[in-house]
Amino acid sequence: MLASFIALLKRDLTLAARRRGDWLNPLAFFVMVVTLFPLGVGPDGDLLREIAPGVIWVAALLATLLALDGLFRADYDDGSLEQLILSPQPWSVLVLAKVLAHWLITGLPLLCLSPLLAVVMQLPAKALPALLASLMLGTLTLSLIGAIGAALTVGLRRGGVLLALLVLPLFIPVLIFGSSSVIAASQGFAIEAQLSLLGALFMFALVLAPMAIAAALRISSE
Amino acid sequence: MTDTLLSAQNLAVFRGEHCLFSDLNFSIAAGEVLQLHGDNGSGKTSLIRALCTLLPIEQGEISWRGAALPAAREQYFSEMTYSGHSEAIKGDLSARENLSFTASLRGTAEASIEQALSRVGLQDRADLPCRFLSAGQRRRVTLARLQISVAVLWILDEPLTSLDVHGRALVEQMIASHASGGGAVIFTTHQPLSLDGCDVRSLELTC
Repeated sequence: MLASFIALLKRDLTLAARRRGDWLNPLAFFVMVVTLFPLGVGPDGDLLREIAPGVIWVAALLATLLALDGLFRADYDDGSLEQLILSPQPWSVLVLAKVLAHWLITGLPLLCLSPLLAVVMQLPAKALPALLASLMLGTLTLSLIGAIGAALTVGLRRGGVLLALLVLPLFIPVLIFGSSSVIAASQGFAIEAQLSLLGALFMFALVLAPMAIAAALRISSE
Repeated sequence: MTDTLLSAQNLAVFRGEHCLFSDLNFSIAAGEVLQLHGDNGSGKTSLIRALCTLLPIEQGEISWRGAALPAAREQYFSEMTYSGHSEAIKGDLSARENLSFTASLRGTAEASIEQALSRVGLQDRADLPCRFLSAGQRRRVTLARLQISVAVLWILDEPLTSLDVHGRALVEQMIASHASGGGAVIFTTHQPLSLDGCDVRSLELTC
């Protein structure tokens, strides 16, 4: 079981390394959206600092959403998905490997770039740990929840908009606790409560989402 | 060799409101080869996908070694393999990488990959990304995958697509040796296939 989990993870990472456009595009989108704000709002430090947590978080959320559409698409199109469903390994474990690979390809680079964008948005340095911690838990949760929507819409030709409509409402709690933890940290308040809630959301998604994704993919491949 | 592997009772499959077939009964035992016949649109692929539990059945029951599917799915999947219209090959990975992924999914030894590659005649192209292979060569990769999947039951949907004369002979040979080794094969094809020494049964699908 572990061997097949690692094999699928390795396969997806190898594929991503050979086809860079798929994961570089959402990342470029993330950087561009955030850098548009200082240009649009003007170099007013106080205003930028105030909106920084929300802007970075919303941009990260949209970049995740943008990347989600391709999560199962390639496997669906070339028939690999059927082969994975029919493999003797537990299907939800394989699904979890796919989501983890997807997060390593899209979520982790996003996390690594966020300190740079925090500087662009003049976010105080003391809020950086909160930004990184909340984005780490948050993007993992977003990938898990979003994968349910991606699994449901993979069979549709123009599933992108429907995917956004399906999963954006489910992203709201993550956005609220994520950006509020960064706001609290930049004002010098404690952030344990927000991070605990984000952690709880993540655990909840980790336990339940793989089963939902697995069932949705079975329905989509009919 | 009379133990029944897969059996279907009273099977009916719908596509939307349209009934493809109903009251279908058949079974396949070890050492047997079952060829599905039928015109285009008669439901061969749908039957095959239903046998793989990929398509829900409207009524009836499919069972594997006496246990009803999809409850007995776990054991069934470890003993069957399916090769469909879509090749399920990653164009950015080489044939060897594609096969080695299948091997680790199915717990097959890596050593059998080389053997399977040379059997289908791809040992010289094994490290080329599959998107540079011809359609027939990609089909051969799926044949190599059959070899390394160590399954009892092969379910093949049009295995001869885009294969040349040698490729067809290879498929005939593979099916015959799989059946004589105690395996079972269910397949569809529109081309004549000579399976000497095999116990080939036919199933005609009529609307």
